[in-house]
Amino acid sequence: MTYIAKPKISHPSLPKNQLGLTTRDYEGVVSTLCAGCGHDSVTAALIQAVFELDIEPHMLAKMSGIGCSSKTPAYFVSQAHGFNSVHGRMPSVTTGAYAANRDMTYVGVSGDGDSLSIGVGQFVHAIRRNLNMCYLIENNGVYGLTKGQFSASADIGSKPKKGLPNQQEPIDPASAALALGATYIARSFSGDKEQLVPLIKGAIMHSGFSLVDVISPCVTFNDHEGSTKSYAHTREFYKHVANIDYIHPSEEIKASYAEGDAMPIHLHGGDTIVLRKVDRAYDPTSRAEAFKLLRERYNAGEITTGLLYVNDERAEMHELMHNIDTPLAQLPYEGLHPGSDELRKLQSRYR
Amino acid sequence: MKPTDTSNPEYFHKVVDCQWGCPAHTDVPEYIRMIAQGRFSDAYMENRKSNVFPGILGRVCDRPCEPACRRGRVEDKPVAICRLKRVAADHRDDISERLPKAPEQTNGKKVALLGAGCASLTVANDLAPLGYEVTIFEALDTTGGLMRTNIPSFRLPPKVLDEEIGYILDMGVDLRLGHRIDSMKDLLEEGFDAVFVGTGAPKGKNLELPGRYDSDRIHIGIDWLESVAFEHTKEIGKRVLIIGVGNTAMDCCRTSLRLGAEDVKVMARKPRGFFKASDWELEDAEEENVEILVNHSPKEFVYEDGKLAGMKFDLMDYKIDEDGRIDRGTSTGEVIIPCDDVVLAIGQDNAFPWVERDIGIEFDKWDCPVVDETTMMCSREGIFFGGDSAFGPKNIIWAVEHGHQAAISMHKYCQSEDLHDRLPMGLNLSSQKMGMHEWSYSNDYDGAVRRLMPHVDLKERFNKLDIEVELGFTAEQVVEEVERCLNCDIQTVFTEKLCIECDACIDICPVNCLTITPNGEEDEIRSRLKAPALNPEQALYVSDALPHTARVMVKDEDLCVHCGLCAERCPTGAWDMQKSTILIPYATDEAEPEQRQAAAGGSAK
Repeated sequence: MTYIAKPKISHPSLPKNQLGLTTRDYEGVVSTLCAGCGHDSVTAALIQAVFELDIEPHMLAKMSGIGCSSKTPAYFVSQAHGFNSVHGRMPSVTTGAYAANRDMTYVGVSGDGDSLSIGVGQFVHAIRRNLNMCYLIENNGVYGLTKGQFSASADIGSKPKKGLPNQQEPIDPASAALALGATYIARSFSGDKEQLVPLIKGAIMHSGFSLVDVISPCVTFNDHEGSTKSYAHTREFYKHVANIDYIHPSEEIKASYAEGDAMPIHLHGGDTIVLRKVDRAYDPTSRAEAFKLLRERYNAGEITTGLLYVNDERAEMHELMHNIDTPLAQLPYEGLHPGSDELRKLQSRYR
Repeated sequence: MKPTDTSNPEYFHKVVDCQWGCPAHTDVPEYIRMIAQGRFSDAYMENRKSNVFPGILGRVCDRPCEPACRRGRVEDKPVAICRLKRVAADHRDDISERLPKAPEQTNGKKVALLGAGCASLTVANDLAPLGYEVTIFEALDTTGGLMRTNIPSFRLPPKVLDEEIGYILDMGVDLRLGHRIDSMKDLLEEGFDAVFVGTGAPKGKNLELPGRYDSDRIHIGIDWLESVAFEHTKEIGKRVLIIGVGNTAMDCCRTSLRLGAEDVKVMARKPRGFFKASDWELEDAEEENVEILVNHSPKEFVYEDGKLAGMKFDLMDYKIDEDGRIDRGTSTGEVIIPCDDVVLAIGQDNAFPWVERDIGIEFDKWDCPVVDETTMMCSREGIFFGGDSAFGPKNIIWAVEHGHQAAISMHKYCQSEDLHDRLPMGLNLSSQKMGMHEWSYSNDYDGAVRRLMPHVDLKERFNKLDIEVELGFTAEQVVEEVERCLNCDIQTVFTEKLCIECDACIDICPVNCLTITPNGEEDEIRSRLKAPALNPEQALYVSDALPHTARVMVKDEDLCVHCGLCAERCPTGAWDMQKSTILIPYATDEAEPEQRQAAAGGSAK
């Protein structure tokens, strides 16, 4: 924890986005997490992503539950909306918010405890609804806030700081999301912002549920030898399978992508993401292939990263429900509440 | 790039921009912290170690430290370093016990110092404590040289001069006032073991234009200022033209106003931006309603009925190229500006009519002595030069530094040691970590803007010639200004083997000066850092290959505000904030231990 605020002074040649803001304008308060926490790097990546996407702070909603990870929303875009909900209940609060106002950008930041233990039911149903949000899991394999017990994402054989290695099967959020039908699934590492920032940008712009599972080492309770979620272990075993470049609608797609390696995917809003496959044979639009890849590489001890699966065809929550384009929050009271006469008419149709 | 060699004291010294920029390498951040703690006497002594005249320099230093100050790059204005120096001097207690003292027994060596200005006085300050018998010869009847004769008393009160010069003379220096040396040859026959020439650049430049010698109302700036200082001149005409726009010109115009002039114009040949005067001296003159006329090139003196009536100028037009260079200009017309007096302040020269040319002292084509820049010795062994007399007009702080270096050489010469075998600068580093997140210095960035020096009221200040215009900072101003110092001597020191590449330092740095990146060539690395490193004057601090990925940590020193957040957010202590102390050798350090002990006197060394 740091006692002084980050000085307001900034580098004079800091770039500005289309709103005339710099990354400094997208910051939050100084982190109270442990020094060296991976989550702080994820925060920095989030700041970079929303800055590059020219998101107006007041059109951003930062959602979270409980845990170290869930403190993250305090650390970026102070001027955005935020909701720190009950443990594991961030998806339903986000569902409510999104139901009321579909125009805003929803970024949920959760952890392996918040999403895979207490909140696993909520996580599952947010995917099923194809809730239009960027769902970010800061995954470190331990409950950091309660001093480092194994979480549901701990790998078999991973050693704790004290005590016996983990014996239980881990829940891999990416595989789980794939099985449940999530439409954008990515994995990255807090120490690799070059890969992480475009993945977050793609996740924010994707229409539907986007999962970004970020290996974010717990520097205090899970960064020792024998841990499978330490900085050293992650760096040694993580592999890029497919990176992406996010392309703003105003930019042209550069022709320099080699045929076969590059795969443009057009998003709903007019943006494009270009997949740069490290493994040529891999097709990230195939759910079966993604599943196969994840299992094979996991068994080989590798940590597969990049955009693992994407499907931009499926309707997201409001589309599924055939709701009007105008956010419900902007409708007049009469529009939302037709009155008891209308209700009686409706009921009579079922008599 | 190769890993930065931080074992060379120069690297971290250069990070302390003010200290690096100061010819005498005064430890600015250290004394500013002492002021912040209310330790004014300690701050004064810290200053005195290197610059010898803190009270004088705190008023009239040329301040090469301020344009160098990092704060001036981070925001607009540098720390008011010079003003803070004066604070230390103004509020010090009696420090006489802490001054170096001459030993009871001399070492039997005699040295002669010519001129009682800042250069000679510094030599005396350094050599007297080592037991040398020091004699100062001064042509005038008073000490201080240019500091007293050319700097008006409304900027530098005589009391301040007397006090600080007194500290040196009280060590038992034999001062011979009114003793002009007319022949170097004769002096050398007096049997001194070493001679130091600190006679300044006493000859004001003349302007040979038609009518120059037809009036006694045309004055040479530095001579005129001297005559005012000695009260030989007590008045001047109502309308005065000052020719030239350097610092002497500023002193001349402001002095004129105090001697009865009502309409003072400073005539500049070139446009603004090409003036030689320091910005703050220009500001002070303009505050007193001095008018500065640009693009006027003097042509001739104009007379009416045999009396000086004005001066004719060419009106100039200049072209300035892309690199900011100015051409010689073309005349677009003429103008006559009426006046009663003209003061020529267009520069000054060395003059050595008293040095015989056949005694082994070599002179160059500008008639200046050939002097070694390290040893300050001329081509004849045992004769040393310093201050303006060595390399032409510079400033007080350079003269002081010349004095320190000459003193080392004179000591070595007298002890028959090799003049070039000098002690190197050294460096101490010590961690400033006090606790989990506590540093021994004020690391929080203070956004306060530079404080302005309060001045005596415009009407009041002209009542007498010697009313000091600058009042000195108030206590409130001091408290604000000290916090503006970025503590650049508290260095960010990196230990690569501890780094786990978690990016914490990079993410927290408020000025984006850190990057972890693959190694490469410097030019290319500069272009791909988190924020481009656009200032080639400022170094990149490059680590060795990092343990996990073999990339390197690169720090652009340019805009670092030394807030310590990188070290605070570092989980492994790979970054640490360490105070660098530059160890600067003086004559005492070159001396034998027993001499040194005597010289240290009561002062904390």
